[in-house]
Amino acid sequence: MTPRPWRVIDRRRETADSWTLELEPADGGPPISYLPGQFNMIYAFGIGEVPISISGDPGGGGPLVHTVRDVGAVSAAICRARPGDQLGVRGPYGSAWPVADVGGRHLLIVAGGVGLAPLRPALRDALARRDELARLTLLVGGRTPADLLFRDELEELHADRRLEVAVTVDSALGGWRGHVGVVTTLIADLDFDPATTTALMCGPEVMMRFAAEALIGSGMSVADLHVSMERNMKCAITHCGRCQFGPTFVCREGAVMRYADIEAIFNLREI
Amino acid sequence: MPIRSIEQVLTEIKTFEGLEQRHLDRIAGCGTNCGFAAGEVIAREGDPADTFYVIRHGRVALETSAPVGGSLLITTLGDGTVVGWSWLIPPYRWRFDARAVEETRAIAFDGACLRGKCDSDHELGYVLMQRFAQIILDRLQATRLQLLDVYGEPARR
Amino acid sequence: MAVGEATTIERDAFDRLLATIADRGYEVIGPTVRDGAIVYDPIATSADLPVGWTDDQEGGSYRLRRREDEALFGYVVGPQSWKRFLHPPEVKLWRAARDSDGALEIEDGADDPPAYAFVGVRSCELHAIAIQDRVMVGGDFPDPFYAARRDGAFLVAVNCTVAGGTCFCVSMETGPRAGSGYDIALTEVIEDGRHYFLCEAGTERGAEVLAAVEPAPAGAAEVDAAAAGIANAAATQGRAMDTGGIKELLYGNYEHPRWDEVSERCLTCGNCTMVCPTCFCTTVEDSSDLTGAEADRTRRWDSCFTMDFSYVHGGSVRASARSRYRQWMTHKLATWIDQFGTSGCVGCGRCITWCPVAIDITEEVAAIRADPLD
Repeated sequence: MTPRPWRVIDRRRETADSWTLELEPADGGPPISYLPGQFNMIYAFGIGEVPISISGDPGGGGPLVHTVRDVGAVSAAICRARPGDQLGVRGPYGSAWPVADVGGRHLLIVAGGVGLAPLRPALRDALARRDELARLTLLVGGRTPADLLFRDELEELHADRRLEVAVTVDSALGGWRGHVGVVTTLIADLDFDPATTTALMCGPEVMMRFAAEALIGSGMSVADLHVSMERNMKCAITHCGRCQFGPTFVCREGAVMRYADIEAIFNLREI
Repeated sequence: MPIRSIEQVLTEIKTFEGLEQRHLDRIAGCGTNCGFAAGEVIAREGDPADTFYVIRHGRVALETSAPVGGSLLITTLGDGTVVGWSWLIPPYRWRFDARAVEETRAIAFDGACLRGKCDSDHELGYVLMQRFAQIILDRLQATRLQLLDVYGEPARR
Repeated sequence: MAVGEATTIERDAFDRLLATIADRGYEVIGPTVRDGAIVYDPIATSADLPVGWTDDQEGGSYRLRRREDEALFGYVVGPQSWKRFLHPPEVKLWRAARDSDGALEIEDGADDPPAYAFVGVRSCELHAIAIQDRVMVGGDFPDPFYAARRDGAFLVAVNCTVAGGTCFCVSMETGPRAGSGYDIALTEVIEDGRHYFLCEAGTERGAEVLAAVEPAPAGAAEVDAAAAGIANAAATQGRAMDTGGIKELLYGNYEHPRWDEVSERCLTCGNCTMVCPTCFCTTVEDSSDLTGAEADRTRRWDSCFTMDFSYVHGGSVRASARSRYRQWMTHKLATWIDQFGTSGCVGCGRCITWCPVAIDITEEVAAIRADPLD
């Protein structure tokens, strides 16, 4: 439960309210090895601790990467951290995107808003194992073009023949060359075989609900859908009880969950 | 031959999937192939809506203009989708601008012609109305989701 | 003196038992009367116990009343439970210091609590401790604060011979007779002018302590008298709950209208969670000194009835009283089973007694069971 000190070595602005931080251990200890989809508890000195998914390349070595959206006092303090500043880190916690288990299939990644951050390690992992996959698709939804994370990387991925990328935003001005519309419209436009596709989804719950509906509507089995859940969390080790989602703890069974496991409660309110 | 090919295209479009042959024949009879260059305006807000389009290949944006900032994109439509339903419902005027975002091949349907056929063949009219109601519903749902601003700052929603 | 062997000690020897435990280095905690209730506090002699007191409990009501005898354990359970000591309401998790270069040093708050002996642990409470063991130290991340208190704690169970108006341990199969998890189990008997305890050691160290008090072998009459007392407690419980298929029942009734009805009464005060011997949820509080050089993190008991409990950016997931009561009860009786392989309820009745509006978990289950959703 005690965090280790990590030093911020780089800080990049992603959008008006999101930053990507790179960190290295400040205590001489080992780096963290993690699976795509796992998260750390990040502590801003004297202010508090919040769960933040890891957004780096799990196979890449190098620094620990977190992309943080400023939505509260703690995340704001983390976003303010400058190179040289130290943050507390403990983890990694939680489950992983099943990238390694989908060999031979079409991996469909559906990200909404900052939901792209927890999916980025899955995408990097999928690209590293591209030979094992039959097909790789990335669908990204955002609010406006300016709100998209990893824009440079998305541009590069657009040109990358190993995967198909489609990006849509809810609203845009005339200069935008991409799609406008909700992310479900990208699913409707996608020509794919539902029987051989596995989908990973992360974004606001409303978006995942509609995306799941669209995927199931196109013939996918619930067993092939995976979502990433978010709940209040103080300890990340099931003791605070706060991240309960029905019978699950988001910190233990999640954040990545099999849709089939939570289907019964996913569409209920206030669970 | 061109008419035959339009009919063939129609059977592959979701909106016209499973229609009876006689209905397909009548709809296809009102269609002609057309193309738009990237950036070309297809329809202007307020113009009479005598035509609707089925995109064969390309992308079309529905837009409106603002005094500052130029055009605001409402939605983009891709392969196999229908552009325009104003031809079906009075006052038969385009509500938004339609502009090709990239080079686009489409089939243009003469709405006035099809309206006439619907008036004389109510069964065709019913079937078409049903299919277009589906498009309107899908767009309405998508618009509602956009309105939710799910990625926005929760406190400011 | 063997584990499991039935023996007796007289009332007069009870202080010797307490002294023997204390001599082994334990801090002895037991029931005592304070502020009109029976609470758990350090005790030195039997005079500190609620001698001659009993408690009358009903929904939303708790009163102490004099007994006609001088029983030491003639009551059931009060507002506190042993979790107060094993899972304290507040612990300092760690301290952090930041030097002028911004370097952090974080030091864990592991402490050195006393070795506790709990005297007067009821069967339902032994079960509650076993449940909290699973929650706090049974997973991949054992809680060091709980472990430091729990490991080596010496437990003297006392079988119930009276039942409270809100008790339902029989339904939950958690009492009234202590089955395991104790070092020594006692049954208090007052009969024909004699006041004694039937004793049984559950562990070697329990046997060792008991032997030092020099108990007498128990005869069949004494064993029977104790059993009759326990049977009385079983037969006179004020509440009952049908637990058959309860997980499936509640999983199938997330949208039952009964949640709306109960939420009209529920004040979301969280009393039920504070008095519950198994509720474990916590929050944390971060603070720093004025110079910004030192900060610490404190863990406190929290309740799923607060809005903050389910807060994610933008608002609370469980904003309505309905959803919060549903979360508490469904967790306690259903999801807990999936999470920890056991019910989270031991039938102690505290949540009924201490609810200011007398919401009764047994009544709520019965109402849903009587008219479940299809």
